[in-house]
Order: sequence, then C-alpha cells, then structure tokens
Amino acid sequence: MDKNPHPPIEDDSSSSSSGTSRRGFLTQVAVAGAGLTLTPLLTGAKEILPGAPPGPAQTSTVTLTVNGQKHTLNMDERTSLLDALRENLAMPGTKKGCDHGQCGACTVLVNGRRINSCLTFAVMHQGDEITTIEGLAKGDELHPMQAAFLKHDAFQCGYCTPGQICSAVGLINEGHARTDADIHELMSGNICRCGAYQNIVAAIKEVKNV
Amino acid sequence: MEPFKFIRANDPRGAISSMAGSGAKIIAGGTNLVDLMKLNIEKPTQLIDINGLKMQTIETLPNGTVRIGALVKNSDLAYHPSIMKNFPVLSEALLSGASAQLRNMATVGGNLLQRTRCPYFYDTAAPCNKRVPGSGCSAIDGYNRNNAVLGTSKYCIATHPSDMCVAMAALGAVIHVQGPAGSREIPFGDFHLMPAQTPQYETTLKHGELITSVDIPPMPYATRSHYLKVRDRASYEFALASAAVILNINGGRIKDARVALGGVGTKPWRATLAEKVLTGAVNSEQTYRTAAEAALSEAKPYKHNAFKIELAKRTLVHALKTVGGMS
Repeated sequence: MDKNPHPPIEDDSSSSSSGTSRRGFLTQVAVAGAGLTLTPLLTGAKEILPGAPPGPAQTSTVTLTVNGQKHTLNMDERTSLLDALRENLAMPGTKKGCDHGQCGACTVLVNGRRINSCLTFAVMHQGDEITTIEGLAKGDELHPMQAAFLKHDAFQCGYCTPGQICSAVGLINEGHARTDADIHELMSGNICRCGAYQNIVAAIKEVKNV
Repeated sequence: MEPFKFIRANDPRGAISSMAGSGAKIIAGGTNLVDLMKLNIEKPTQLIDINGLKMQTIETLPNGTVRIGALVKNSDLAYHPSIMKNFPVLSEALLSGASAQLRNMATVGGNLLQRTRCPYFYDTAAPCNKRVPGSGCSAIDGYNRNNAVLGTSKYCIATHPSDMCVAMAALGAVIHVQGPAGSREIPFGDFHLMPAQTPQYETTLKHGELITSVDIPPMPYATRSHYLKVRDRASYEFALASAAVILNINGGRIKDARVALGGVGTKPWRATLAEKVLTGAVNSEQTYRTAAEAALSEAKPYKHNAFKIELAKRTLVHALKTVGGMS
C-alpha cells in the first residue's frame, strides 16, 4: 500500500464503522425526531451529505447536425444526445428504453458509427454528423436495411426497431461480421423483448450479402 | 443529475488546469461516467470534455513499443491490424467487453478508470465504503455472487470490471500521465489499488493528472496469446472469471509465461504465482493445473461466490491449453 498516494481514512485495526455511519446517523435522526437532541443530527448530516448543494442549471448553445440538417439549440448541459433528439428537436424516432446503455433502443450513428445516444451529452457533439432512423430513407425510398426488416418481419412491437436498424447499418459499415455467430455477437447491444432475433439476423444477412 | 459546468479542453495543459477544482471530472467516451451521473453516484461540478485532444493514434515506436493514445476507442484498438496480429490477447479482451455501440464510444483511458459494477455501489440506499467512505460494505454479508475472491479487504470486495485491463496487466503495459507537476510513467501493476481500508481510492492517479497514452512493450511471443471470458450469458456481460494468457514455448518447455485474471480480483489480477509455476516447466496439462492452483491459492470465498475459485482455475487451465496447443 506504500504506493497509495491517498491517506487512509482510519486504522485497519479499528472497526469499519468508526465515525458516524449511515446507520448511526439514522439512529440519531430518530433520536432527534423524538425531540431529545439536535446537535448530533447536524454533526452527522455534515458527514453523510458531503459537498455543496447543487448549483443552478447551466445552459449552452450547441449546433447539432442531424440527418444533414444543422440545428442550433440552447439547452441544459445535462441533456443527453437522446433527449436532445427526442425533446429539443422533436424527432421521436430514436427510442428511450433503459436510458443506461443496456438495451440499444437509443442507437444512432455518429460520423457513421453506431453509439448509444443515452450515454453521451448533446453538448459533446458540436460538429458531428448524426444520423437517426429518420435520416436513413431517401424520400420515399427506404434504406436497404429498413426494406430488409420489413421483408423478413424483423420486429413485432417495433419499439426496439429504430435502434436495431441503426445498429445493423453500423454493423455493415464496420465490416467485421462474417458468420451468423458474428452477427449475434455484434448485435448483442440491442435487446428485443419480442424475440425477433432470428428475423433480424436474416434481414442483416440479406443486406450484408448484396 | 446535478448541474455541472461544461468545459471543452483544447489541449492537455488546458484540461489539466481545468481540473484544479475539487469537483472537476474528465469526460471522454462517457459510457461509465454518464451512467453514474444519472444515478447521482458521480456528481462532478465541472465536466471537462477532452475529445478534442490529439490522443487518438496508435503508433509503433522504433523499439517495437506500441503507443496507444488515451482517446483511442476500444473498437479501434481491438481491430487494429498490429494489435490483432501481435497482441491477440488484447484484441480478444476488448471484443469480449460491452457491446459494439459501447466499444465505439469507450476510450482506452476511460477503460483504465472504469468503476466496479458491484450492485451495492450502484444502490445509493445501501452502505458502500467505495461510494460513501466509512458507511460499511453491504456485499460482505449480502448477495456477493459476483464479487471478488482475490485482493479483498473487510472494507470492500468489489471486482474490477475491465477486460482490457486484464490483458494489459499480462502484457506489462505502461501508463503515461501528465499533471501539473509534469509527466510520469506508471507500470500497469502499480496503477490500480486494492481496496485495503480505502476502497474509494482505486488508482494511483493523482488529482489533476490526465492519462495521455498507454505503451505495450514489445513481446514477440505474445502472438501466442489468448483471452478467455466466462460469464452468465454468451455476450454483453461482465466476467464471472476470465484469463489472459501469453506463453513462450520452446522445445516442450515454457520459457516465459504471463497470466492475469479478471472477474475474481479487486484489481486486474496479474497471477505472478501461476507465472512462477509455468516458467521453466514442461508444457503439459499437469503444469497448467498446478499453475491454476497457485493462481487461486490466496483466494478467499464469501457466501455466494466460492464457485468462482474453481471456475477461475478451470478458465485458466482452458486458456493455457488453448495457447499451449493442448486443446
């Protein structure tokens, strides 16, 4: 441990709950609530509620290029790219599933590469080319992946489909899928609760083999 | 999520000076940090976006060292031709982690700093010494099936989640950092900390220091290497146990061996005890089994994770058989 530049919080010999533990604090709250004492409550509060209260929301002006069109927006800096698309730009094609990067419903293409739009802030994408499901078709002509999803019935409820299609387009761009097993592996970031996986793979294979 | 001040850094020096405040955090890929901010586990008051910095290249230096910029995406590193050819263990480890989308976002520097997925670290209603120092460890007497068996303390038994780091530990990578006091190099084994009594400190990176690149020193025999990951589902899941193995075999004997384990340790676990058994020994399954016993000899099981000790041994033997040509 001699390489640790950080000072230890307590001796290893002492118990892990020295100082004011959470449980201890809760006990003190209960005691204070009963009107016996207030001082320990305030002391305890300092220890489990570190840091200053949050400051006001910060806003920023950012220019996003979405499906070839530039949009200049003033937004709360906490806005995820997903929320910027859906709420600020009123483009609800990109879906919010888990909002934690686990389901893939929010997949969009940034500079041609698929990413989870829920795990990035919109202010980080000034100058990037963002493509959403709304930007894949050319007018009335569907993108080949959209057409293949229709042909192979690669969805049931359709909620995960925009993410599946954007992810599949990204997979083709990347060019690493050789076998069915590769497609399974490289599409594992997109969950389909209806279980349309076999048809999704069939759709991707059709586009890949053209 | 609490508000923060967003700052776009234009050069490393700017990023480093912006970090002077205590609530400042660097953001690169964001795949771990944004998630933790949404859960109010990370609450930076300043967020410094370093994606504009020139740290996206992978270059081979004249002495054969591969220098990887801190902002190289996990997918770009995994599919880089020289990494695939010369260090397959690193490519395989990267491709076994997360999903294609996340690998397109996550950076090498961020991967070094990713936080544990211990459920109690994520549950803000539960005590966790890593999240709230001194509050206690809920995992030790709680549900600890996914927790560590190596390097634990009575304060924390959380596993280190990275696959990339396990391969880098085996490869003996060197981390380059730049800070207010200048630049320094950190050998991989000295970068991550075991929890001991301060699980809130996970690395020897000092406040205000920026990871700029990672060096992989030349190792010609690393062309013969492998990363094996065992998990609850076939893809997109953290390891229950994993093994990074590099063997230099000559005339039926193991001349050099590098072994590291994932999913079982509180840090990327270089298994030096296994390396000692392997080095100089006959290349045989018996040697592999002895090495696996040595690798886990100091393991300490908890209520739900004792199975990991046997699983890690079998994972390591399997990986050794693959690299050693015994499978």
